Amino acid sequence: MVEFALPANSRVQPGKVHKAPAGATRVKVFKIYRYDPDAGANPRLDSYEVDLDTCGPMVLDALLKIKNEVDSTLTFRRSCREGICGSCAMNIDGSNTLACLKPIEDIQGEARIYPLPHMPVVKDLVPDLTVPYAQLASIKPWMQSQTPPPPDRERLQSPEEREKLDGLWECILCFCCQTSCPSYWWNGERYLGPAVLLQAARWIHDSRDEYTGERLDALEDPFKLYRCHTIMNCTRTCPKGLNPAKAIGSIKEKLVERRF
Amino acid sequence: MSLRSPLGRARGLGSAKSGTGHFWMQRLTAIALVPLALWFAISVVGLSGADYATAKAWAGRPVNAALMLLVLLTAVWHAILGVQVVIEDYVHGGAAKWFGLIATRLLGGFLAVFMAVSVLKVAVGG
Repeated sequence: MVEFALPANSRVQPGKVHKAPAGATRVKVFKIYRYDPDAGANPRLDSYEVDLDTCGPMVLDALLKIKNEVDSTLTFRRSCREGICGSCAMNIDGSNTLACLKPIEDIQGEARIYPLPHMPVVKDLVPDLTVPYAQLASIKPWMQSQTPPPPDRERLQSPEEREKLDGLWECILCFCCQTSCPSYWWNGERYLGPAVLLQAARWIHDSRDEYTGERLDALEDPFKLYRCHTIMNCTRTCPKGLNPAKAIGSIKEKLVERRF
Repeated sequence: MSLRSPLGRARGLGSAKSGTGHFWMQRLTAIALVPLALWFAISVVGLSGADYATAKAWAGRPVNAALMLLVLLTAVWHAILGVQVVIEDYVHGGAAKWFGLIATRLLGGFLAVFMAVSVLKVAVGG
C-alpha cells in the first residue's frame, strides 16, 4: 500500500532560530527545511529572520542572503536567477515554484520553504531527480526520422505545424509539475509524470518527427500514461504557465484517434 | 537494494500496449450514465408510493425493462473500471493487488447477473 505518513526518521522537527540583526525594521521569517544526510538526525525546520530592506525582492534573493550572511551551510540549487534554468525549483508557501520567480511580498506571514515533495532529499532543498531524468531519457526526447535532412537546409515546418509546439517547447524541466502530482507520488516508479509526458507530447506533435506511432506505442500503458487522472496540480503549479494536463490529454486523444 | 541503472528502472517491463480501451470505456459509460441515471431517478420518484402490482406493470413494459437493465449493467461496468483504477493507484504489488483486481471483476460480474435476473424476474416473471 502507499504510505500516507512520513517514516519516523523523516519527520520534520523544530530547528534553530536565527534572529534578525539589531535595528532591522522590515523583518520576514523564512522557515526552511534542513536535512543533512551525514548528521544522522531527523530533518528540521530552521527559522531565519531576514531584513527585507537589505534583501532583493525574490525568494531566491532571500536564500542567497541567508547563505551569504547568516548560514553558509544552507544548500540549494540555483543558476540563472531568471526562470529559465529550472534549478531553484522548490516548495514555497505550499506550492512548487521557482525561487527566482516567486516574489517575497506574495507570501503572507512566515515563508515556509521545503524541497520538491516526495523526492529523496540529497541535502536541505536539493532533491534527488535521478528517476525523473531517467524517465525523460526513456521517452527519447529528440527528433527521430528515417528521412535524411535536406543537404542544403534544415527540415522545414509550416507555421501551422510549428504552432502545435507552442505551450510545449517552453518547458524548462524544473519538475515542479512532476512533483506536485499525487499520482506521481504514489506511482512515481511506473507513471512517467506530467513533465515527462509533456516532453513526450512535444515530440508526438512535431511534424518533422517520423516515429509518432512508436512514441504512442511506448506510452500506451495503464501506468506510464493512464495514471494521469487530470488532477491538474501540474497546470496549477507550473511556474512557466504551461498546461501539462492538456498536453497529456492530447496524447490520450491521439491514442483514441488511431483506434477508430 | 538494486544496482539496476535508473534508465533500466524507468523503462521497467516496457509498455503494456493497453489502457486506451479502459480509458475510452470509462468515459463512454460515464456519459451514458448521465441520461440513464436521470431517467432512473425520475422513474423511481414516479413510482414512489406505488404498490407491487403497479411497479411490476411498469417494469413489464419492454422499454422500461431494457432501460433498467442498461442502467444496472452500465453502472456496474463503470464501477468495475473505477475500482480497478483505485486499486492500481493505491495497492502496490503483492497478493492484495491481484486479489483486489480479480475480486472486483468477479463481484462485479455476479452483481451484474444477479441484478439482471432480478429485473427480468419482475418484468417477465409470473
